[in-house]
Amino acid sequence: MSEDRTLDIWVAGTEEPEFQPTDEGAQEIAHEESEARLADQTGRVFDDDYVFDDEVADDERMIVNMGPQHPSTHGVLRLQLELEGEVIRRSKPIIGYLHTGMEKTAEQLNFAQGPTNVTRMDYLAPLHCELAYSLAVERLLDIEVPPRAAAIRVLMTELNRVASHLVALATNGMDIGALSMMIYGFRERESILAFFEKTTGLRMNHNYVRPGGVAADLPPGWKDDVAAILADLPGRFDMYDELLEENPIWLARTRGVGIIEPDEAIAFSITGPALRATGVDWDLRKAFPYSGIEQYEFDVPLGARGDVYDRYRVRVEEMRESLKIVEQVMDTIPKGDFRVDDRKITPPPRARIDESMEALIHHFKLFTEGFKVPAGETYVAVESPRGELGCYLVSDGEARPYRMHTRAPSFYNLQALPIAMADSLVADTVATIASMDPVMGDVDR
Amino acid sequence: MATTAPGNLLMTTVERAANWARTRSMFPATFGLACCAIEMMATGAAHFDLARFGMEVFRASPRQADLMIVAGRVSQKMAPVLRQVYDQMPDPKWVISMGACASTGGMFNNYALVQGVDQVVPVDIYVPGCPPGPQSLLHGILTLHDKIMAGEIRR
Amino acid sequence: MSPILEGLAAEFETLTWEESHGQDVVHVPREQWLELATALKEAGFEVCADVTAVDWMRKRPERYEVVAALLSMQHRLRLRMVVGLERDDPVIASLTPLWPGANFAEREVWDMFGIRFEGHPDLTRILMPDDWEGHPLLKDFAVGAVPVQFKHAHQVD
Repeated sequence: MSEDRTLDIWVAGTEEPEFQPTDEGAQEIAHEESEARLADQTGRVFDDDYVFDDEVADDERMIVNMGPQHPSTHGVLRLQLELEGEVIRRSKPIIGYLHTGMEKTAEQLNFAQGPTNVTRMDYLAPLHCELAYSLAVERLLDIEVPPRAAAIRVLMTELNRVASHLVALATNGMDIGALSMMIYGFRERESILAFFEKTTGLRMNHNYVRPGGVAADLPPGWKDDVAAILADLPGRFDMYDELLEENPIWLARTRGVGIIEPDEAIAFSITGPALRATGVDWDLRKAFPYSGIEQYEFDVPLGARGDVYDRYRVRVEEMRESLKIVEQVMDTIPKGDFRVDDRKITPPPRARIDESMEALIHHFKLFTEGFKVPAGETYVAVESPRGELGCYLVSDGEARPYRMHTRAPSFYNLQALPIAMADSLVADTVATIASMDPVMGDVDR
Repeated sequence: MATTAPGNLLMTTVERAANWARTRSMFPATFGLACCAIEMMATGAAHFDLARFGMEVFRASPRQADLMIVAGRVSQKMAPVLRQVYDQMPDPKWVISMGACASTGGMFNNYALVQGVDQVVPVDIYVPGCPPGPQSLLHGILTLHDKIMAGEIRR
Repeated sequence: MSPILEGLAAEFETLTWEESHGQDVVHVPREQWLELATALKEAGFEVCADVTAVDWMRKRPERYEVVAALLSMQHRLRLRMVVGLERDDPVIASLTPLWPGANFAEREVWDMFGIRFEGHPDLTRILMPDDWEGHPLLKDFAVGAVPVQFKHAHQVD
């Protein structure tokens, strides 16, 4: 089996590494900018300051490179900014610095190993990535997970949403200057990560949501842990509001900055809090519900202006709504299996292997070859903290996917950065990037 | 002639004093790439507090840093950038390769990643894990401190 | 199928409209790709959720398959457009003039598969380094795995 995979052996370290300064990705920003092209790209015609003044000499514009290593902790995003003084006239995001070949790796891993790969894409919301993948596999297998598994999935993914938004707030605050937000955000996150560690074994990149259900049942005493989280966190969110809501510096730096209009957002396939902040009411949990989330009551917060402030506000409110969902799950979770009872998909419990030959054979087949998924293709999307996280899965009847593609929300959200940053000041770039909350693992995969 | 030094006098070698100073205020350079970066930030946050070791100041400019924690997977496109940042750091400098992807390429044994950041920069400490929890990273950092204090790594 | 899609299916009746695991899929020949996309956008599919490709290698007569996933927020519908492309001529019209959000996705398909999009404003590599040769997600491009055991020691078999 292994000979097929390593056709091209790359022997590393045989050459003397010669250092040369890199011009990597330094594609030219096209010098011909025109109204027609801008109209194409944005979907509408602008007749104000997006069109560049021809009287400005070319040498008054400076191209500045931001990244890929820069302190705004959003990972390896590189921006080429064309500046006229302090004003950004054009910008171009250059990505690919974290490209990991996950889609190629997914073709080498079987369906049960798939979540380990997918989970590292959006590493702030790993359970959502696993959920999208597992739902796609389950749709191809034509199975339904038991209600307890679906409820556990909702519980874990909503807690993950809170954890992810906490990081977004923490880095957002730190980038704009509210350094305490970094400490607060990560402090709250620790309680959620401790619960994740107790349940899944890992603080991050859990490999917990698998095709067929979840890897293990919730540990005994989980209700106390979740109740402690539910008791603590809303008070802490009030503390963030105290810190930020009436702070004139925060308001001056976030209000009216990085505005995206609703039609621009839709044209650029932006989803998630960035879209809802512009006022468009679109949440996949309400529109195309999955995993039984329609039984829980929650609101979808919307913004009005689509600026940095609205995106921050939407995230804070979404955290409160997620905690509401968590409370409802805790109160109504049904008893039952935590994974589907199909012997061809779910491994037998370890104790059975000693007792039953059949269980041993199933275990062997499942862990060496893996279960086979009937040929077909499907696209499943979930609402991750960044937007629509979709998994397009093609199977040709084998134990490994033929093609696995992830529709990454940050990949599409980044396309709107030039629009959000057009004609704004350099100092606002950091606020705008932070508010779009890109996760580069998602963008580059 | 006194054979014991008075209580307010400290005698040591230059080397030991220099090693002590270097370990007690190492400034890490921000080189968070992927998931490990989040755990690195968690290590700097309140629960696991890097500040008690004098290291909470993550310097953005490599010219002001002496420790580069390569936290995350290094892709082919990023490798020249990594080398450039490493070269900009002044001596003495140390590198911690945090996580499985930085140490050996991790679970991604494919065309896109450099299989171990030691192909590009010399590494002093490898911290395994995917991602290594803050306690593992702290253990790695403290091991580096011990190695420098013991004189095993001479710069 | 929903009434809107039925109307479109009646209008474009030469195309194959089918359902795959509860989702609507339409198979489009290359010449009608842009025409159908324009009609779909006017019918209310405001968002192009995803553009991706599959390399079928020798399993199908047409080697490449480009898949565009469309989303209509007003009608709450999803639709997948699928087109097959020949082995020696992987060119297709770009959806970027209609949906600017398809820009990066088509660049990624170019980068990973070598499929060109006519009418794309800036078809350059996006994920791989600029001087990379080859298109990684093609089935005849190796994974590039390094033999793992003791990298620099002699092979122990």
